[in-house]
Amino acid sequence: MERDSDMKRYTDMEYLRLSKGQKFLYKLLSFLISIPLKIWAGICKIGRFFKSLGVGLVRTLADIGVTFAKGDWKTKTSFFIMGFGNIARGQVLRGLLFLLFEAVFIFYMVFPTGGGYWIKMLGSLGVQGPIRSYNEILDQYVSVPQDNSFRILLYGVLTIFFIIAFIYTWRMNVKQNKIMEEILASGKKLKSGKDDLRSLVDDQFHKTLLALPLLGILIFTVMPIIFMILVAFTNYDGAHNGYTNALFTWVGLENFRTMFSWDVGGVNYAATFGEVLTWTLLWAFFATFTNYFLGIFVAMMINKKGIRVKKLWRTVLVMTIAVPQFISLLYVSKMFDVNGLVNGALKSLGLITQSIDFWGSTANNGLIARIMVIVINIWIGIPYLMLMATGILMNIPADLYESSRIDGASGWKQFSKITLPYMLFITGPYLLTQFTGNMNNFNVIFLLTGGRPTNPVASGASGSVGYTDLLITWLFKITTGSDTKYYLASVVGILVFLVVAIISLIVYNLLPSVKNEEDFQ
Amino acid sequence: MNENTSLKRSMGLRASARISNSIIHILLIVISIIWLIPFACILLQSFRVESTWPVPYVIPETWGIDNYVRLFSTDFPRWYIMTFVIALVVAVCQTVIVLCMSYTLSRFRFKLRKFLMQFMLILGMFPGILAMIILYRVLDDLHLTGQYGNSLPGLILVYVASSGMGYYVSKGFFDTIPKSLDEAARVDGATRAQVLWKIILPLSKPIVIYTVLTAFMGPWGDFVFARYVSQLYPSAMNVAVGLQSWLATNAMTTSNYTMFCAGGVVVAIPVTILFMCLQKYYVEGVTGGAVKG
Repeated sequence: MERDSDMKRYTDMEYLRLSKGQKFLYKLLSFLISIPLKIWAGICKIGRFFKSLGVGLVRTLADIGVTFAKGDWKTKTSFFIMGFGNIARGQVLRGLLFLLFEAVFIFYMVFPTGGGYWIKMLGSLGVQGPIRSYNEILDQYVSVPQDNSFRILLYGVLTIFFIIAFIYTWRMNVKQNKIMEEILASGKKLKSGKDDLRSLVDDQFHKTLLALPLLGILIFTVMPIIFMILVAFTNYDGAHNGYTNALFTWVGLENFRTMFSWDVGGVNYAATFGEVLTWTLLWAFFATFTNYFLGIFVAMMINKKGIRVKKLWRTVLVMTIAVPQFISLLYVSKMFDVNGLVNGALKSLGLITQSIDFWGSTANNGLIARIMVIVINIWIGIPYLMLMATGILMNIPADLYESSRIDGASGWKQFSKITLPYMLFITGPYLLTQFTGNMNNFNVIFLLTGGRPTNPVASGASGSVGYTDLLITWLFKITTGSDTKYYLASVVGILVFLVVAIISLIVYNLLPSVKNEEDFQ
Repeated sequence: MNENTSLKRSMGLRASARISNSIIHILLIVISIIWLIPFACILLQSFRVESTWPVPYVIPETWGIDNYVRLFSTDFPRWYIMTFVIALVVAVCQTVIVLCMSYTLSRFRFKLRKFLMQFMLILGMFPGILAMIILYRVLDDLHLTGQYGNSLPGLILVYVASSGMGYYVSKGFFDTIPKSLDEAARVDGATRAQVLWKIILPLSKPIVIYTVLTAFMGPWGDFVFARYVSQLYPSAMNVAVGLQSWLATNAMTTSNYTMFCAGGVVVAIPVTILFMCLQKYYVEGVTGGAVKG
């Protein structure tokens, strides 16, 4: 038997003979050992990607050169007047669109406050802040804004998008000339404008369908994310809003250094981040799995043979989905207040004499509030899980249960050997999205506790940070209120992304082993 | 084993099944009560007139509709109409966009398809609030925020524009419609657009209703972005932000608590009725979406 690294690799037969615990241990170990290899493979992949990118670029440039050198005068003119070749060869519609795009692009770039201006300012994000000047009508000094850092960054990014789009279109224009020459040389006819329009509802229908959704995503999701990533490298905050009070500018990695420092202006950002991250992960773990198992449990109870009015139980639970969450969450939050219903009921039952401060008690790191949000989240989440689990449970082949009953399997055995593995197999990816969704579950935390009880370690880090604050509610607090620190919010946002991405990568790599179909048959 | 003992044993099994079923029935009743209590309390407290603050008892001492009357003298009707209009427009536009996106990704095989899907998966890992901050600043620049008194167009624009990312559930549905249907129609000379319009859409009623329903319910519950855009100007709020603002401080809670309950009831009733009517489609969507990942 060969030994690579310090772990014994089993053959399939040997693996199957292992006990359950050994199998798990083996899987875990081989996963841990494979991490460095996977990272190396990832680096190689990225390297290959850039290599192919470089090769592709060189090929494209060569192709453009050849097209120019070998092309006729129509093609050569098209290099400067886009669409000329199309028009000269009869494809008027395409040609005019190319020409129009070029005209708009050139006009936009040379316009005094157009693309050229924004690109030029992008390096500094503006030089002249607001000037105080005397206003004769108002008879007082007013602040007159000059450059606008926010707009410079925004339109700078947009202009870069636009330039990339232009280069792409130009390349398409050159390529089309080459293709047209080839088609004409072989004696065939070119597509007419009418053919082009028809292909938009036929062969090229996907382009028509995707145009609007993708444009929306590009402008309203991609662009803001790029913008906010860039903001993490500036000092954009309430005191430097880039227009009415002071400009903001690039600060390099300063903000990341702040986030991982122990003492910046009396605030311990590193500890705050650590505390909030730990609770975010704990919360996501408990919120996901309590909901998951209890949801399956409820679904199994409702679906059990001999249970009456199944539809009624289901409807009661589904009704709670229909009521908008903010109503139920805010109400439940008030129910558990110091003088809320729950304390009132407990008092009148004689169970307690002093009100329990569910949301304010800081004992044991706000343990009561932390448990409460998880419990109330069960109340919120079970109906969804119940619905989903019901659908899946009905799909489990009934003969599996039948044959296991003949073999004398108990109810618990059936659950742990058939139901659960089947559920886990089907819902693995869903669990992952639930986990990351819970990490960013703003509504439940914000509407229930607003982050309370206040955490003394973390307070002061821009808005008071509490024991139940998630990264996402912290981010929200940083960007609202009197002391807004957009740059810090960006840093937190980027870190949230990294955490989510890393967890997703790990789980996706582990999933195939969970998903081994043999395990539950 | 003789017949007698086996009969006894099966009777014993039946008895134990009856016991476990009764336990489950009791459990289900308890669960139903726990799930319904908050809603019952909201309803009851919205009819309480002797005081307007939270009290530690449920049944009102004096009943009346004062809270509902008072509700309509506040900004509430305005919030309500605004949210309703937003929900209607978003339901239509978002459905169109989501269906375009999911149908394309399910049926067409083009060069960038894999890349697009992976790209959107990665985009989804960024916290949504991050994008909201900048979108809110942009809307402010365009005078579409609370301080300019019109937050409606901006909210609709933002809800609709990025909705293409939520294509998973309906793509899963389209994947289950056999491709041979498309091919047969294509052979008969139908264009791709005709295939979608005349063959796929008539088969897709459940998923269309599911998409409309979720799109319609979204704006009623949106809190974060609506709050950014309203800038806490009462005239520019939606119901979620507005009702939350009534409970923002202890002093506010003291005078508005029962009115909040009344507002909650008025918001919840139409949405709940609509939801209950279309429940079947919603359940299909949730189960289908989860199974296909």
